Parts: sequence; C-alpha cells; structure tokens
Amino acid sequence: MNPGEVAKISSWDPSSTAELVEAVRAAKRVIAVGAQTKPRLSSVGSDVARISTAKLRGISEYEPSEFTFTAWAGTPVKEIATVLAERGQYLPFDPPLAETGATLAGTVAAGLSGPGRFRFGGLRDFILGVTLVDGTGRSLRLGGKVVKNAAGFDVPKFLVGSIGRFGIIAGLTLKVFPRARQTRTLSLEAEDSDALTAILTEAARTRWELDALELVPGEGRVMARLAGPESALDALAAEVLTRWPGRVLEQSAAHALWSALGEFRWAHPAGTLVKVVLAPAQVKQFVVWAEARSNVRSQVGSGGNVGYLSFPAGTASEKLPWPALTLRGVGPLWPGEKRAFAVMRAVKAALDPNGRFPDLDE
Amino acid sequence: MTTLLQRLIALLPPGRTLLDPAQLAAYESDGLTAFRSTPLGVVVPESQEEVIALVRFCHAEKLPFVARGSGTGLSGGSLPIAGGIVIALNRLNRILQVDPAQRIAVVEPGVVNLAVTAAARPYGLHFAPDPSSQSICTIGGNVAFNSGGAHCLKYGMTSNHVLGLKAVLATGEIVEFGGASREQVGPDWTGLFVGHEGLFGVVLEVTLQLLPAAETFHTVLAGYRSLEAAGDAVAAVIASGLLPGAIEIMDALALEAAVAAVHADYPPGSAAVLIVELEGPREVVAADLLRLDEILAASGAAEVRVARDAAERLAIWKGRKSAFSAVGRLSPDFIVQDGVVPRRRLGEALRRIGEMAAGSGVRVANVFHAGDGNLHPLIMYDGRIPDAFTRAEALAGKILRMCVEMGGSITGEHGVGAEKRDYMPEMFTADELDCLGRIRAAFDPLGIANPGKMFPSGEPPVMSLGQRGLHPLEQAGTISRE
Repeated sequence: MNPGEVAKISSWDPSSTAELVEAVRAAKRVIAVGAQTKPRLSSVGSDVARISTAKLRGISEYEPSEFTFTAWAGTPVKEIATVLAERGQYLPFDPPLAETGATLAGTVAAGLSGPGRFRFGGLRDFILGVTLVDGTGRSLRLGGKVVKNAAGFDVPKFLVGSIGRFGIIAGLTLKVFPRARQTRTLSLEAEDSDALTAILTEAARTRWELDALELVPGEGRVMARLAGPESALDALAAEVLTRWPGRVLEQSAAHALWSALGEFRWAHPAGTLVKVVLAPAQVKQFVVWAEARSNVRSQVGSGGNVGYLSFPAGTASEKLPWPALTLRGVGPLWPGEKRAFAVMRAVKAALDPNGRFPDLDE
Repeated sequence: MTTLLQRLIALLPPGRTLLDPAQLAAYESDGLTAFRSTPLGVVVPESQEEVIALVRFCHAEKLPFVARGSGTGLSGGSLPIAGGIVIALNRLNRILQVDPAQRIAVVEPGVVNLAVTAAARPYGLHFAPDPSSQSICTIGGNVAFNSGGAHCLKYGMTSNHVLGLKAVLATGEIVEFGGASREQVGPDWTGLFVGHEGLFGVVLEVTLQLLPAAETFHTVLAGYRSLEAAGDAVAAVIASGLLPGAIEIMDALALEAAVAAVHADYPPGSAAVLIVELEGPREVVAADLLRLDEILAASGAAEVRVARDAAERLAIWKGRKSAFSAVGRLSPDFIVQDGVVPRRRLGEALRRIGEMAAGSGVRVANVFHAGDGNLHPLIMYDGRIPDAFTRAEALAGKILRMCVEMGGSITGEHGVGAEKRDYMPEMFTADELDCLGRIRAAFDPLGIANPGKMFPSGEPPVMSLGQRGLHPLEQAGTISRE
C-alpha cells in the first residue's frame, strides 16, 4: 500500500459496520487491532494497514433472561463483565488480560480463555454469533443470537483463534451464565512435579465439580476453586483438604491470585509470552521442560489443558514440542508443532480470495 | 470396460456392497420418514481404510455419497442421493480409547452415543450430549448435525464436547484436527467441522470430552393449569440465578399422548407439565433445591412432584422422551419441528403456533426444551388424505418463519438437512449463503458429499407417498424423537 492510498481512507478507526466495510474494501492488505494486549498476533509487515476497533465499542443488546449479549468488537471485556455482574451473570471462561484492557474480538481472535474454562468450557463454548467482514468486503452475520442454533456451518467457533487472518470481526454474540453465589479458593501443596500432576488429574475427576484448577507459577502448589451456594462450599472445601494438604485462602488473597494469573503478572515484564496446547498427559513433560531452563517461567492451567511460557524481554521462544502461539514479545508466531492440510489453504481462499488479510504464517 | 457398480464392488472385500432392492429399502429414509429416495447402492465398510478407499473412489468417479449412522436424524440429513451411494458406518463401532486421567474417549463414528457413557461410567465419567435417540444414534451423526438433547442449557451441544477428529474429506485428503487437549491455538477447525451435515467428508475418529458424572439429581415435575403459567415458571427459574441441567415443558396434547403410550402419570387436568432437573454435588443440590422449591411454590403450580429415587426420575424422563413417538397414537403421521425463539418469547410463540394451527385445521402438540427456547411442535397429519402433508408442511414453514422473525433459528439441534434447506434464505442473506457455500466448496469442490442438503435448491427433496408413519425402530419402541 502506498501512502497516497492510505490518505483516501476516512476511517482506519471505523465506528460502524458500514465504515468498517469501506475501510476493508479500500485496503489492499489489512488487519484489525484491538487494545494490543497480544501484540505479536498483529505484528505483520508494514505493507499491511491496521484497522482499529477502538470506536466499534459498546454492548448493543443484553437480555439477561436469554443468557446472551451482543457487543461491538472493540468492547473491553472488563466493561462487559461489569454490566453482566450487575445482573448476577458472567462469562464463565474468565477472559484473560481483562484488566489490561483486552477487547472482546481480540480475545476471540487470540482464542484465549482463563481459569474458569475448566468447568463450563472455553470461549469456543460460549460464542454464538458473529458479524464478520470477509476478504471480499462483505458484512456477514453468521451463527445466531440464541443459545441454541444448528443452522449453517459454525463459522463463529472457527474464528476462535483465527488471529484476524480470515476476516475482521465487527460484533459478537456470546452466551453467559448466572454466576455462582460464592467461591472458595484452595491452595493445595505438592512435593514435586509428579505430585502436582497427580493432583491435577485426580481433582478433575471428582464429584466436587471444581470451578478452576491451575498450577501456581514457580511454586509447588495447585490452586483449586469451588463455586456454588454458600452453604455447600465449606463442606466441599473440607473434603478436598482431607485428600491433599493445603488451606483455604482469604477472599482478598484469592482474588489477587486469580487476577495475577488472568493478567499474567507472573510473566517477565515486556517479555515473550507463549500459549502452549497441552493434553493433561503432557503436563509433567511441560513442567520438567520449563524447570530445566533457568530463564523460563511457566504456568499450567485448566486442569492441565493449557500452558503458558514466559521468556525475558528480547528473548524468543525456542522450538517447542507442543502446538504453541506467541502472544507478545519476539520470535516466531508459531514456535511449536503445526499441522498443515491442503483444505486449510482452501478455506482461507474461500473467505479471503485476494489475500487481503495476512496469511496464518505471516 | 467395467461399469461403475462393478468397480465399486471390486473396491472392497465381498459382501460390503448392497444392491438388492430389498436391502436398499432399509436405507431409503432416515428419521424424517416423509422423504424417501433410493440410492444406487449401500456400502458397509468395516475399517477406516475402507472408508478412505470409498471416498477416494467417489472423488475419482464424481460419485455422490452420503454417510449414515443409525438413520435417526430428523431433518433428512442422511436421505440418499439418487444416483449416489450410502456409506453406512455402523461397523466402524470401536471405542478406541477411554482415558480417565485425561477424561477423554476416542471413538469411531459408528459408536452409539449411549455406549460412550457406558464405557466411561466405571471411571465416574459420562458423555454429556443426550439426544432422545441416544440408545441408538451414533457419534458420527451427532458430530455431523451437532446434536443436542435435554441437557444443553448447562452442557451445550455435541460441539462443546468434541475435542478433535480425524476425517477423510470429499477430496480424499485425510485431516486431523484438535486432539486430547481442551485448548487449541489457531482457528478452531474442529469447531467448524462439527455440524457440517456430511458436506465436508466422512469422520473416521472422534476425540470426546468426558465429564464427571453428576453425583446427585433433583428432578421435579410440576403441573400447571395453563401453558403460560408453566412458561412464567421457567422465567422465574432462570431469573433466580439457578443453572438447572434441564428445563422441559410438555403441553396437554403431548401429555395425552404420553399417557396413552407409556401410561405416564401426570397431574390430572394439567394443561402443561414442567420438568426441572438440578444436578451436581449433593451439598450444592441440597442448597439449590430449596430455592427451586420456593420458586415453584410461588409459581401457581397445581401440583409439584419430586422424584424420590432413580426409578421415579427415569419414569419422568421416559414420559418426556417417549412423548413424540407416543403422538403416533394420536395421528398416523407427523412432522417434528426444531425452531428456536428467544426464551422470553416462548409464551408468545406458543400462542401464535396455536392460532396458526387452528387457522389451518392442523393439530399440533408441543414438547420443548424451555430452557433453551427450543420448540418441538409436532404437526400431525394423515398422509392418506390428499393435501394433508402439504398443509402440515405449510404450517411448519410458517412456524419456522415466525422463529426467524422473533430473532431465533430454524433449527436448534436437528440440523437443516433436506427438510429445512429452503428456509436458509429466511435466516441468511445471499452473501452469507455464498460464504457458507464457498466454505463447503473448500472441503468438497466437486459437491459430491451429501449434495442437496443445507443449501437451498430448485430441486425438491424426493417425497414418497407410499410408506409413511413412524420409523420402524420408533414403532418398536427402540428410539424416540427429541
């Protein structure tokens, strides 16, 4: 794109779907950016124009009795959480980086879910519908606005983790749940990595229906959260503590810990942050791998289904033996294992025939 | 020069290919018995390799195919394509792995839904999606149509429980998406695949998420003097902040049918029955049931019954799940609809369905997943009467349009299939359908995988006026409709 072309565009920060369509059509190559809390995902070549979702902001529909809301792409998830909380509802997957300013569409494009995904599922399980501007510059409403819909292919789900490579999201409809009245957070002690992983796998199968289950970065502890009616929680917590040594955390300490996990405060300041896909059986391998590297910090979340690795500022991730995505910092976008099938290129061409959006490998 | 059929027969070991008209008759329709079509042949492969060879053969020969499990689908999704073949996957029925530590199962597509839970039960786990046909419907069909069930409110649909899959695409390419993890990086290819309605290819292996089996259930049945009162009770439950596993309603006609068929015992004189089920750890259920009791006590229920044990719970669910096949006692034929409306408009939707039914002289019974706003109007007709099916179908169309107009969907859990394809333009613009069509073409450029489904077309699905009525398995009481 030459500078002259850029000047013709009225709205690189569109405030309506129509303006977004106009901007996409005007750009030869383009990518959407939100609050830039996962900046590696949009750090592509300088020939790619940036469309900001900053002015596509706000909740357009919210009907608590439907367990659904529709919001513009650039709406901060924290703003949404506040509105939902007023009606006793929430996004059960605890969208990460909310306090840092993460937007709804940025969270979808990055495909990130927080600790709460353990119980009811991740972002993919709560996305219902999307308004998408595809590579031909058409505004498309796909999926639905009700909690149950089986009409047409599930493009909204496909977009979770699609990092803006297939279209630009203008708005989203998600499902929400009523929030449990109370929580208890337990800190469970483990002697070594074997004991840690044993707690993860065993606790995940119990009758307690834990709400979250995470390893505490750099410490030999497991954080387990119970959620439900007040009268049930003490009995459940007591039973958990007969199984493993540990203690119930004060509410303020618990809140601080969950917030620190959700915001990746344990990670290196200005460092490289990588999301790693783990099967629960791979947790021990992951923990050992991270412990063997003095400059690496790590976290394991969602009962051993996801890991995060942090490297010091300016340090790229080395090649990883698991599927992985660099969220911020330097180094390859996909530092881990990656599958490639011919149909992936065909679907890219179906939604973006002229390569207006960057390639998945860019 | 060999013929196409000769080459097909030669492809696999003897006995795999069925060509006899008597054999083909069993595959002419699925759970939507009003639509029938005779395929060129039915092939029953016994291994993944044989399925791959078949699909690659179809690709090379440009031969249309439809994959099929138990044929319980209600949207004509596995209706054979005239001049094409049916790939019957029932013999790919191996449970390849149950891994309690990772809480997953890896299964072939012909595994029956309930068999997954049966295999998981010894480890205290279960597979959450529970379509009413779960004792016979297969995982392959559940994946193709993103099947639901009575417990979607809390647990979601099939898609929410599929972590990964292996498939042979219509191009012959073999793909593997996702895996044992509940997380992923990059686009959610697995999520895109679930609900493909057979238009992408054939699934060979599926990795399913297993959940801890609920420790305790609290199942309540409440009878109401009016449908509106039952609807208001649903609204009150939702507003309370409780998250029941299931919230279901049956109307008077559906109750009458269930009583006649399985001698279900409902509060006499009820115009509607509400079923609410809480589930979870016993301490949680003990606390939640007190709130539920308060809500129902204040809801004007004529009678509230609580299942005291597992047998009473099963009896409540048996009445509910058999309601549809029971309608066979009231009417020789019926269409099951699957529209969704916003939950808060359920009362209005039911009133309008009643008015439309009265206006067209067609009887409609209602059984629905109230918690999801998912309606299942049962539109009764007698196929022996000229125009009866046409009138029933016209009413079904009006109901679907009403659902879309209210901001809902033409299908909550049955899929579009052959039945509702012409209603897709009610829900999606030409651009949106074009986008979906392009995605389809990316997976199947030749259009050989289950053509004639999901997308609107000038050619009507084949309808037979010969055989009608209940699915043979439904008549035998083996399956029931959701």
